[in-house]
Amino acid sequence: MLSFFIRRFAQAALVIAVMVVLVFFGVNVVGDPIWMLISPEMDQEAIEKTAAALGLDKPIIEQFFHFVKGLFQGDLGRSFVHGEPAIQLILSRMGATMELAVVALLMAIVFGLPLGMYAGLYPDRRSSRMIMSGSILGFSLPTFWVGLMLIMLFAVMLGWLPASGRGETVSIFGFETSLLTLNGWQHIALPAFNLALLKISLMIRLARAGTREAMLMDYVKFARAKGLKESTIIRVHVLKNIMIPIVTVLGLEFGSLVAFSVVTETIFSWPGMGKLLLEAIQRLDRPVIVAYVMVVVVLFVVINLIVDLLYSVLDPRVRITGAKA
Amino acid sequence: MSQSNPTVEPVEPALFKQETPWRQFVRTFLEDRVAVTGLMMLLLIIITAILAPWITPQNPYDLGTVDLMDSRIPPGEQTMEGYTAWLGTDGVGRDLYSAILYGLRISLMVGVVSGLIAASFGMCVGLIAAYAGGKVEAVIMRIVDLQLSLPTILVALILVAALGKGVDKIIFALVVVQWAYYARTVRGTALVERNKEYVEAAQSLGLSKTRVIFRHILPNCLAPVIVVLTVQTAHAISLEATLSFLGVGLPQTEPSLGVLIANGFQYMMSGRYWISVFPGLALLFTIVSINLVGDRIRDVLNPRLEK
Amino acid sequence: MVSHVLEIRDLATHFMTRAGVVKAVDGVSLTVGRGEVLGLVGESGSGKSVTGYSIMGLVDPPGRVVGGSIKLEGEELVGMDDDSLRHVRGKKIAMIFQDPMMTLNPVLRIDTQMTEAILAHENVSKKAALARAKQALERVGIPAAAERLKAYPHQFSGGMRQRVAIATALLNQPAVIIADEPTTALDVTIQSQILAEIQQLCREMGTALIWITHDLTVVAGLAQRIAVMYAGRVVETGLVNEVLDDPLHPYTRGLLGSLPSAAIPGQPLDQIPGSTPSLGRLPPGCAFSPRCRDATELCHQEAPVNRYFSNGRQARCHHPLSTIALVAPPSNI
Repeated sequence: MLSFFIRRFAQAALVIAVMVVLVFFGVNVVGDPIWMLISPEMDQEAIEKTAAALGLDKPIIEQFFHFVKGLFQGDLGRSFVHGEPAIQLILSRMGATMELAVVALLMAIVFGLPLGMYAGLYPDRRSSRMIMSGSILGFSLPTFWVGLMLIMLFAVMLGWLPASGRGETVSIFGFETSLLTLNGWQHIALPAFNLALLKISLMIRLARAGTREAMLMDYVKFARAKGLKESTIIRVHVLKNIMIPIVTVLGLEFGSLVAFSVVTETIFSWPGMGKLLLEAIQRLDRPVIVAYVMVVVVLFVVINLIVDLLYSVLDPRVRITGAKA
Repeated sequence: MSQSNPTVEPVEPALFKQETPWRQFVRTFLEDRVAVTGLMMLLLIIITAILAPWITPQNPYDLGTVDLMDSRIPPGEQTMEGYTAWLGTDGVGRDLYSAILYGLRISLMVGVVSGLIAASFGMCVGLIAAYAGGKVEAVIMRIVDLQLSLPTILVALILVAALGKGVDKIIFALVVVQWAYYARTVRGTALVERNKEYVEAAQSLGLSKTRVIFRHILPNCLAPVIVVLTVQTAHAISLEATLSFLGVGLPQTEPSLGVLIANGFQYMMSGRYWISVFPGLALLFTIVSINLVGDRIRDVLNPRLEK
Repeated sequence: MVSHVLEIRDLATHFMTRAGVVKAVDGVSLTVGRGEVLGLVGESGSGKSVTGYSIMGLVDPPGRVVGGSIKLEGEELVGMDDDSLRHVRGKKIAMIFQDPMMTLNPVLRIDTQMTEAILAHENVSKKAALARAKQALERVGIPAAAERLKAYPHQFSGGMRQRVAIATALLNQPAVIIADEPTTALDVTIQSQILAEIQQLCREMGTALIWITHDLTVVAGLAQRIAVMYAGRVVETGLVNEVLDDPLHPYTRGLLGSLPSAAIPGQPLDQIPGSTPSLGRLPPGCAFSPRCRDATELCHQEAPVNRYFSNGRQARCHHPLSTIALVAPPSNI
């Protein structure tokens, strides 16, 4: 078990290393590297002075080491727009994004799992077909458009929920969270649902496919032969089996949630990393862009690791043999 | 004593009609009414997009025909230029009906072109990986896996941030985001096909490797590729719209549906909903119809799901 | 009249498929006495497994029991509502399936899967259920039962898994156990072990056993009575020794003749020509007639009815092979 963990950890470190190399050479080969470190408004003389001061006339390998050194020290340059160190800026907004993503994930499970299982258990019913058509709609609709529609319906026309911003936050264990106030929930409802819609559709399809497959398995027949109630069979036998692929997919999709938050945060003015990234792109605030990419890469690698570990916990076959079943 | 033998009626086996695989595919596809509706919608969309210059009252990019006085007219009213704006006009006076059809052209073109390029490139990579085997395959698949584990929207965003706006740059970003999926699908299918008998038969006839790959294996890999193509095209169109909406996609000079929706965002709160909603609906119908068709194709081609 | 623990009469289970109605079981009548072992023999496609499922009420759509009667200890099962049927299943009748790897849920522990069989029918404490499960495992010869309970199915060998399935079936002390080819997937040596063990257990507990198989040799050592099925019907029934020594039905004779052990070395194996008919397209008349070398015009035209012979033997044939005496059918038909 420990060797499994160490192996995965080493793989993760390798991926991060590769990404560091890619990001550095990507930024420096695609564009003029000086643009990464200076504001676009400086004049030619100032540019040359900064270039010399920052060692950009040195060979690229030396620059690379400089970059990596900066990484380990947590220094990725300063944002032009905000003046703060880029990495700090990103991290300060990460909490808001994580909150949004987690609530969206929970929504995906709470809405998607029961609907999907229902559609899987009674595939020929009209309601099931409607659920499946709905799921196609769910992942066809572009996230930004759904956001617009949600605002139009709930905020403008009905006036039930606010269209932008984050609600009141409460500090708990050093983390800020808006989930402990009613106001907070009012503000997070629309953006989280917007973000979750794609995942709900995915969840419905996964749960349906998994349930259908599981119901055909021999162990369900055997459970019936033992005289178990149908509801018990579904709850104990089927659910545990479909959770394995669902958890793995959802875990990996969490990264996609963080990515899509760029869109949702922009529409709903949610103060997270995504909105920051978009502003940075629009205003050519390159240190922030680089910092965002690095943070996200690390996040993804960590998520992958957690999902792998979770998988081994859920599937006893993996746990004991150490191989993927 | 009980009679327990019901009379057995022999069932005449139906005459087996020779049906080409293509006809069988079309027939099975058409059995699902929802998919047929999707197909009809899609064809309608494509045809109107192609015919745009001939069926619209205005060329929205010809600034000579656009009058600022015509801006923000609600749907169904007359404009200064003398035609009825059935879907209203936008903030600078462009007729929305025309703008939508022209925008559809761009959205569709970008989606389809990027899809085809990604498919071709991805297929080649996949075939090479499957046929080369060994270390080459391992390296290629690692790259593919890495690419696939990154969310498309982030990769696209970063690329566009680095490259700037423009149709060619968007297409490039979309291709980068899509190719890996094709590579993985084709490699999987090619591996399975490679072990089938007809490959051995072809090879035993002395055919060259390239000929075997392209003339024999490739046609059999096309089926899953077509499924992926439909789904990915829808995704590409959606992605381009998202990027354009965020302001980092296509420029204002080549407004796709996403750009139109972005332009209309500011008018949403003041009740002039049509400027965003109608392009949005057009986008919606396009994506949904492609997905319906793609879903059905996938179900038809998947032997396991035959009910 | 001896009261049977299980009485099946004219059972018919049909599958309504797109291609037509498949009469998987078409008029099957069987009886099983208390503590008796009945071997239900047939090739694949004969309907023997479906008969087993029909008794348990486990036929999946598009299949359905469309007619006949199944009386378990006098209680009629056909037409019973789902809830009552569920109470009978697992308690009065139990079933053992062919592939234990698939019948045990790979993500649940053995103790969970065994105790739930008890808890579904009785209101006992979890501890008590666990104790009974442990006892059952020991009874089927699984060492270190207490630890084994906490294990998962993939940690057992094939033979052990099947023993677990048997133990589970015996937990509620059912009156009848239906075993659907439980040893087919196992090694030959394990096979005979398990056979012997089941036999002994059933004898000890007075449980009747219906052993479904395609293997005549298995039945020979195990069962007291045998029923041979072909194309959805029972074609011959009787005491095992009598049927195997002196078959009445040409199909039974064919089966016996095609056993490798019956072959004369050097001579080609005696096979039944042709193949089993598709159950959706049965020929008119006797279902076996296309392959029977003694078939007459009558056989091709008219389906034979079940005839009764001395010593409780039955055969469904116009021209039974042996010349033993025909008797009048029993009065309670």
